[in-house]
Amino acid sequence: MIPQNVEDILLTHRRGFLTTAGLLFIGFAAPASPAADAPGPYPLVDPTRLDSWIVIHQNNTATFYVGKTDPGQGTGTGFRQLMSDELDIAFDNTTCIMGSTDITVDQIGSGGSSAMERDSLPMRRAAAEARRALLEMASARFAVPLDQLAVSEGVVTVKTDPSRHVTYGDLIGGGKFNITLSGNNALNVNGKAKIKTIPELKYAGKPTRRDDIPGKVDATTKYSVDVKLPGMVHARNVKPPYACATLTGIDESSVKSLPGFIKVMSKGNYVAVVCEREEQAVRAARQLKTTWQKPATAPFPSSDDLFNYLRTAKPVAVSTAGPEAGALVVGDPARAFQNAAKVIEAEYEIPFQGHTAFGPAHAIADPSNGQMTIYSNDMKTYGMRRGVATFLGLPHDRVRVVYMPGSQGFGRTAAEDAACEAAWLAHELGRPVRMQWMRDEETAWDSKSPAFLVKMRAALDNEGNLNGYSYEARSCDYNHLGYNEPDTTLIAQLMGQRREKPAAGSAATPSDMYAIPNRGMRGDVVALPAIWETPLRTGNLRDPNGPQAAFASESFIDEVAAAIQADPLDFRLKLLEAGTGDDSGFRRARSLAVLKAAAQKYGWDSRPSGKPRGSGKILTGRGIAYTFRGQSMVAQIVEVEVNRETGHVWAKRMVCAHDCGFVVNPQSLLTSLECGMLHGLSRSLHEEVRFNTERVTSVDWISHPTLRHADVPASVEIVIVNGDPNPGRPDLPLYGAGEACLKPTMAAVANAIHDATGVRLRRVPFRPERVLAALRAAGV
Amino acid sequence: MSKITLKVNGGTHTVDVDPTTPLLYILRNDLNLQGPHFGCGLGQCGACTVILNGAAVRSCILPVSAVRGEITTLEGLSRNGQLHPLQQAWIDEQAPQCGFCQNGQIMTAKVMLDKNPHPTDAQIRDTMNNTLCRCMSYNRVQAAIKRAAKTVAALDNAAQEKEVVA
Repeated sequence: MIPQNVEDILLTHRRGFLTTAGLLFIGFAAPASPAADAPGPYPLVDPTRLDSWIVIHQNNTATFYVGKTDPGQGTGTGFRQLMSDELDIAFDNTTCIMGSTDITVDQIGSGGSSAMERDSLPMRRAAAEARRALLEMASARFAVPLDQLAVSEGVVTVKTDPSRHVTYGDLIGGGKFNITLSGNNALNVNGKAKIKTIPELKYAGKPTRRDDIPGKVDATTKYSVDVKLPGMVHARNVKPPYACATLTGIDESSVKSLPGFIKVMSKGNYVAVVCEREEQAVRAARQLKTTWQKPATAPFPSSDDLFNYLRTAKPVAVSTAGPEAGALVVGDPARAFQNAAKVIEAEYEIPFQGHTAFGPAHAIADPSNGQMTIYSNDMKTYGMRRGVATFLGLPHDRVRVVYMPGSQGFGRTAAEDAACEAAWLAHELGRPVRMQWMRDEETAWDSKSPAFLVKMRAALDNEGNLNGYSYEARSCDYNHLGYNEPDTTLIAQLMGQRREKPAAGSAATPSDMYAIPNRGMRGDVVALPAIWETPLRTGNLRDPNGPQAAFASESFIDEVAAAIQADPLDFRLKLLEAGTGDDSGFRRARSLAVLKAAAQKYGWDSRPSGKPRGSGKILTGRGIAYTFRGQSMVAQIVEVEVNRETGHVWAKRMVCAHDCGFVVNPQSLLTSLECGMLHGLSRSLHEEVRFNTERVTSVDWISHPTLRHADVPASVEIVIVNGDPNPGRPDLPLYGAGEACLKPTMAAVANAIHDATGVRLRRVPFRPERVLAALRAAGV
Repeated sequence: MSKITLKVNGGTHTVDVDPTTPLLYILRNDLNLQGPHFGCGLGQCGACTVILNGAAVRSCILPVSAVRGEITTLEGLSRNGQLHPLQQAWIDEQAPQCGFCQNGQIMTAKVMLDKNPHPTDAQIRDTMNNTLCRCMSYNRVQAAIKRAAKTVAALDNAAQEKEVVA
């Protein structure tokens, strides 16, 4: 039983958009392929079939099917721009269906800022091939050679006789291409046609309004939380009150007489209640009496002792690889430190920070027809399909995931938990189940970004040159969660299903192009005493290690500049200009370009950091930081006001120079960068997971605070840079743009606070009490 | 269980529910409204905001039995297919990312502008401060509020001129 046509759900808001946009047609014909409402089974879609990617309708509209998901940065609109260009069809006559496992090819979903850089390429190749096939059809129909045909906005015209023309819809509308692409997966498929060069693109490159926004402001967007199915029941979890607790008893009589109560369902240490109505499930979960046994030893140190623990624990894994096992080495850093005229040392601490998605984890599981359909906002739906199928022991083709919009999770929905829970409950009950976590549950038990402890050292020679550099990171990242894995998702852990070899995790080194003659970098992974059934689970949070590594390295570069009384911008430029090696992807040249562009936009005046303090209550300063992710370069300048009486920090002005190569949609890039920078600011000023030795104690928006309206800078300024120094190329390729912009923020804020107050903060976040204590300790 | 009658977006609905049920669940599950969202259930984030008798209230902590008066949800803002100036400003500023919080942003801003059509930057920050967004769309939301305030003022002026002419 599929009660509601999937296509209907997916297209509801798009229809609304087209209607309100006043276009002539309303909605689209049901796609000829792939079948949207098939009762199952649900095999994956064949990426080598052109029809898997594009359907042309009789009314000369096109539907694009892509295996990506869009958490709200406009990638869906971007794919439409690129594919409309390659197909030569009017952008307004297209729509894009994303990420549902039985109707779109497996492109993994979203993650790693890979949408434009990597996964838009097969889409473009498919669209170009469709254009080629359509032109051949027109050539046959008009009996004229291909070079006599012109195509614009889905209409093919005979050049010599413009009265002879035909639409794509008339050529194939409702039918199939029946063309097999070369290649064997969603990355390498290709057709005979060539994709266009960047100057030939018409829609791509133009600021374009996102198509998902109208439905989000008039409440017509159907989010996954909105799915309602006939016979659907509501479930809530009863989480262990302590990490690593063992369930010793359930007193079902404590909830049995509640209205709407259906069942307590439990296996191992997993407990959930199921009720007819949502509020009944909420109440029953709160009221259910359970007893638990605490673990014999503490599962983790308290958050106050975390960094002492990291400092002294024996690492379990080495993260980095390089010429020496576990380390990246340039020159002879040991010798540089032996011969140093001066050594500077500093240690930086970044706590666990939560994903804390605005809407808690949820999924709706429908076991109808002996299949399992999951409705979810999971960013990696294909991984979720595999995970759910394996967890339940079902053949993979009996499970599908219908992707729908949801609250942005920054990686939380890669390591999703609610789908396997809803699926298990639905599988056992034989009814559709809607599972949703509560706020305290989400904030305590969601995946976290790993805590980092970084020791930095610099060796200066007699002239004050930076001759030696050492970066030693310890990341608390052992048993890092993968993508909906059936042996790491929380219900599996609680039921005792664990993988034998936990994921090693990572402890990344910084990303910069500084030329330092002798440099050693090392990253080690440390495990907490307990790694299973604990709320301190680590997963990918937006550039998983980047902000932590950049906080240490870019704060430290500032410290070194301050120690030799150099301007922090000039010091960085000098370190970059000293580079002579291969400049792959023009990283060095583009690093210089973003730093200079940010400085110019800001109006940077050259002087050492740590300016003379005024006598007033408010101290002001500016800080700069730069880094890159992949090939995307970013430099940021933050201007702060620090209240010396309260320790409150306001980032008054933020400037960002960003180079991600060719920009498909400058409008959605700008908003994504603004939001990313403010996320970086939130992590700088507010976010930290707090815990005692038994459980996480930061469980809501008060105890795990986030940025608010009052924190917003008076001015957020962005310069899009194209630092391509190669005059032979019109533009750089498309690089990822989602994550790089929040990477340097913590360091830029710390550097600005130092400039304002002369006090160096080496521990994130810069909450008022921490800042005030540091100011008092320094006599400010 | 008890029968409760609610006036929502101009219509009247009677539901038979536990009177302590938070209004949010009734709106979402019984009245099939999808503007208000569950974010925290604690009244901290604003995702569930509705307008009750002209005030922005958090429906996740308001027992349905305590509701007296007319409720407006995000669905009820547009009139005759015309978006409210706030909604249009949200589109013009391209404010949302995931959009999950925007119900709270728009509804809280609506009540603010109804009471104070020309808010200062400081008043916007203050009034909106407990309405959270994890995508961090705050900058655009504030810009959209200012844009909407201008539109509303222009519409009011036009209406007044019309009255004078009439």
